[in-house]
This record gives sequence, structure tokens and C-alpha cells, in this order.
Amino acid sequence: MQITVDMNLCESHGQCVFAAPEIFSFDDEDRLLYEAAPDDALLGQARKAAAVCPVRAVTVSPAAS
Amino acid sequence: MRTADRRELIVVGASLAGLRAARTLRERGFTGALTLVGDEPHPPYDRPPLSKRVLTAPGRPPGVALPVPHELDARWRLGQAAVRLDPVERTLTLADGTRLPYDGLVIATGAAARGRPAAEPPPPPGVFTLRSWDDALALRAALAAGGRLVVVGAGFLGGEIAAAARERGLDVTLVEAAAQPLAHAVGTTAGAYVAALHREAGIEVRTGTTVEDFLTRTDGRLAGVRLSDGATVRAGTVVLALGGVPSTGWLAGSGLAHDGGVHCDPRLRVLRTDGSVVPDVVAAGDVARVPQPLAGGERLALGHWTNAVEQGTAAAATLLAGRDPARAPGPFAAVPSFWSDLHGARIRSVGLPAAADETRVVEHDLAGRRLEISYHRAGRLVGALTIGRTGRLASYRLALEERLVPATAANAPAAT
Ligand SMILES: Cc1cc2nc3c(=O)[nH]c(=O)nc-3n(C[C@H](O)[C@H](O)[C@H](O)COP(=O)(O)OP(=O)(O)OC[C@H]3O[C@@H](n4cnc5c(N)ncnc54)[C@H](O)[C@@H]3O)c2cc1C
Ligand code: SF4
Repeated sequence: MQITVDMNLCESHGQCVFAAPEIFSFDDEDRLLYEAAPDDALLGQARKAAAVCPVRAVTVSPAAS
Repeated sequence: MRTADRRELIVVGASLAGLRAARTLRERGFTGALTLVGDEPHPPYDRPPLSKRVLTAPGRPPGVALPVPHELDARWRLGQAAVRLDPVERTLTLADGTRLPYDGLVIATGAAARGRPAAEPPPPPGVFTLRSWDDALALRAALAAGGRLVVVGAGFLGGEIAAAARERGLDVTLVEAAAQPLAHAVGTTAGAYVAALHREAGIEVRTGTTVEDFLTRTDGRLAGVRLSDGATVRAGTVVLALGGVPSTGWLAGSGLAHDGGVHCDPRLRVLRTDGSVVPDVVAAGDVARVPQPLAGGERLALGHWTNAVEQGTAAAATLLAGRDPARAPGPFAAVPSFWSDLHGARIRSVGLPAAADETRVVEHDLAGRRLEISYHRAGRLVGALTIGRTGRLASYRLALEERLVPATAANAPAAT
């Protein structure tokens, strides 16, 4: 699976971090860090993160291969 | 082969919670007829930008539409208010007299802006409230005309409107009845911090006072306000930001308990005034009063974006489960969260700071725009708020989640 976050949209709401802590986190300056190609086992978490982002910055696409 | 689903489901309120509920019904395989009823003429849109970039963006106002997937395959009844619910006959009546039968119904009519008390004369032109897209366009036009803005009510909404007007270069006065903005919502430390942010930005903050009267010009338009402390403030525009009132007027005579919001059980099923469950009717979002474990089980209507999304999803799941105990979802136990953007400071909170009896300030740095406060009730964590420290919220949220999940599992009645 492939995760993209549109950092122009992201307002550091943290909803994605709450929904999928294994994929998303913050650095000390409240910038969002995330795993771009997490394990498919985390697909459910990733979808939930995309669904709760208030600015719809998170896109989840199934593995390219 | 599956037989066609002949059920008819209706969602009343075509906004954030209603659209989430409708989407969830389809995502979970509901193939019957789905109708969305909304009194606004607009397709669903997002409200948080209305007090932020819709007021500040130069040029054309930015779009705020919520995406409606085409798989939703719904019948839309927009520009039509629901005026009556009969849960015995299972019908919904619309303003034009149409009666729609239903097998299941979602109440998601949100809230309306609180105005002046009905007993008072209506305020003069130039006095606004902000809840809808139309309200936001009207206020945007008034701000473009310049002059001083008076915002009455220094809650998060009032604060954001004041900040937006200030960003546009207007002179702004923020009037608050309490001694400190936001004190009852997030405590005096965070309230004082926010007041300092406002003052730094050049907003005049007047606390401990209320609006007695509107001053008008000879043509009847607004000229300013007279405050209870005797002062008068000249202004071209006034915004009343006095909070929301759940939109439940259309439920009069339905037998539902709806004072202060539609009363729900922990699975978002709607209750009658005698406390019994109304079959096949659920509620979600700003209109729903749901027991909050963090507030000792008290029923609260929260008025937050994330709450509307999560309850919309959960209410749809409850509705689809019907009376089948095998499919029944557990009690709604999401950790509330809230945000507000003020003068570039990102205020983020989890849990229920308003339910706390004690606050602990972990970090307080006004110049560095950092704040971290934890909230406790009877010694136990009930919430946290940060500015510039969103990363720290995740662990508070996790702690609250761990507390809520076993608590609700233990309290849940055995499936019947
Ligand atoms: C200006 C503004 C800024 C906000 N900013 C934030 C923020 O920064 N962070 C945050 O967490 N939350 C914020 N909120 C709160 C958030 O927008 C709400 O919690 C959310 O909109 C609730 O969604 P809802 O679907 O329950 O209700 P609503 O969005 O109020 O939708 C209810 C819909 O039902 C319609 N309706 C009402 N009565 C009837 C009837 N009888 N028949 C048919 N339709 C009816 C209404 O017209 C409306 O379209 C803000 C709200 C506003 C107004
Ligand atoms: S939820 Fe959305 S806005 Fe918030 S941090 Fe994640 S991507 Fe950014």
C-alpha cells in the first residue's frame, strides 16, 4: 500500500496519528512524519486515518505492484 | 442470489454527520432506498472553514463542499425542512407536506446559532450570526466594507471570527460575559493564554460585560453597542457568537426526549421521554446528546467536527444492525477531540477539558507559542490541550482510549 499526504493541506490536526500511530507521527516541531509504504496489514488503520483527516490530506492507494 | 433490500432509510440533516452516516450505510452494504433531507439549498459542505479562510481569503470565497461519492446513490430533498416525525406510524413530514415512510431514520440536524432572547426586539441590520455558508458570505461582505467589528462571545468561534477580521485589518472588539474567555471550556490558564494571543494581535478584549443594547443610526442601521458596564462601542458590524442550540424544533410532538439535544443511549439509539428506546431511529453529531464516560456518564452534545464524523459512522452501524444482537456494535466510546486556529496558533485538544475539576500546566511559553495542559477529574485524566505541541497529544489520547474501552465494555449490558 502507498500513502501520500498533501503537505500543503495538512494542518497538523493529528487525527491520522490517533487513527494509525504505526504509520503517522509528529516531530518536535509538529511536522507530520509518515511511512510512505507501510505493510498491507495496516490497511484498515490507514483507511481510517484517511477518513478522519479534517482536510482530506491523506490518500491511501493499494500496492502499485 | 441476495434478495433486493426493500428497506427505506432516511437521513435528516444533509451535512457532516448525515453524509457520514449515509456513506457508512452504503459502505456496509445497504442496497435499499436512501433519502437525504436538508433544509439548506446547498449540497453538503464543511463548516470549520467558514470562520477561518472563508472570511480571510482574498478574491473569490474558497470552496468548502464535502465530497459526495457517486456510489451513494441517494435521493436528495434539499431546501426542504423536516417538520414532523411520527415514530409510531414511521413517517417523516416535510415542509411542503410530503410524507415519507421509513424503516430506519438518522437524526443529524445539527445546531443553529444562538441569537438574542426571543423576547427582545430583533437586532438592526449589521448584526450577524455565523453557522451556514450563507451566513459566512454575508459576514464576509460586511467585513469587506471595513469599520470596527464587535464580536459578542469569546468562545472558539467568536475568537476565530475576531482573528479573521483582524487579519483583514479591521479594528476588533471582543466582548465576553465571563471574567476570562473560554474559562468554562478549557480552564483559566488556557483562557488567559488565548486572551493574551488576542491582545497581542491588537484585538480589544472586554471581559465581564455583555451587550445591553444596539445603537442605531437614523436610517435604522447599526451604529454600535452599549455594554452592561456602561461603555459604548461604535461599530459597523456585530457578530453574535453565543454558541449553538441543537436543531430539535421539528421533533415537537414526536415523544422523543430532545431538551438540549436528542437524548441517546450509548449506541446512539434515540430515547423517548420515558427513557425507552425508539426502534430504528438513531442520532449523530451536534444534535445528539450522548452519555460521555469521561464526564461521569452525563449526556452531552459536543459540537465538534470529529464527533460528528465518528457518531455519523457509529449511528449508521447501529441502524443497520437493527435488532440482530450478533451485529450490534458496542457502545460509542470515541475519545472526543477539538481544534481551533487562532492567530497562527494551532490549538488542539483531546478528551473533555470542560469536565475537569483540576488542570495541570505542563508547559507554558507564550512567546514560543507552546502550551501543554492536562485535565483531571477526581484525580483521573479526562483531557489535554496543546498549542504547538500536537505531537504530545497522541499519548494522552491513547491513555484516554485505554480508559474508555475497558470502562464501556464493563458497563455494557449483555447482548439481548
Ligand atoms: C463557523 C464554524 C466553525 C467551526 N469550526 C470548528 C473547528 O474549528 N473545529 C471543530 O472541531 N468544529 C468546528 N465547528 C463545528 C463543526 O462544524 C460541527 O460540529 C459540525 O458541523 C456538526 O455537524 P452536524 O452534521 O452534526 O451538524 P450541522 O453541520 O449543523 O448540519 C446539520 C444540517 O441539518 C440541517 N437541518 C436542521 N434542521 C433541519 C430540519 N428540520 N430539516 C432538514 N434539515 C435540517 C441544517 O441546516 C444543516 O444543514 C465549527 C462550526 C461552525 C459553524
Ligand atoms: S489528520 Fe490530516 S491534517 Fe491532521 S496531521 Fe494527519 S494529515 Fe495532517
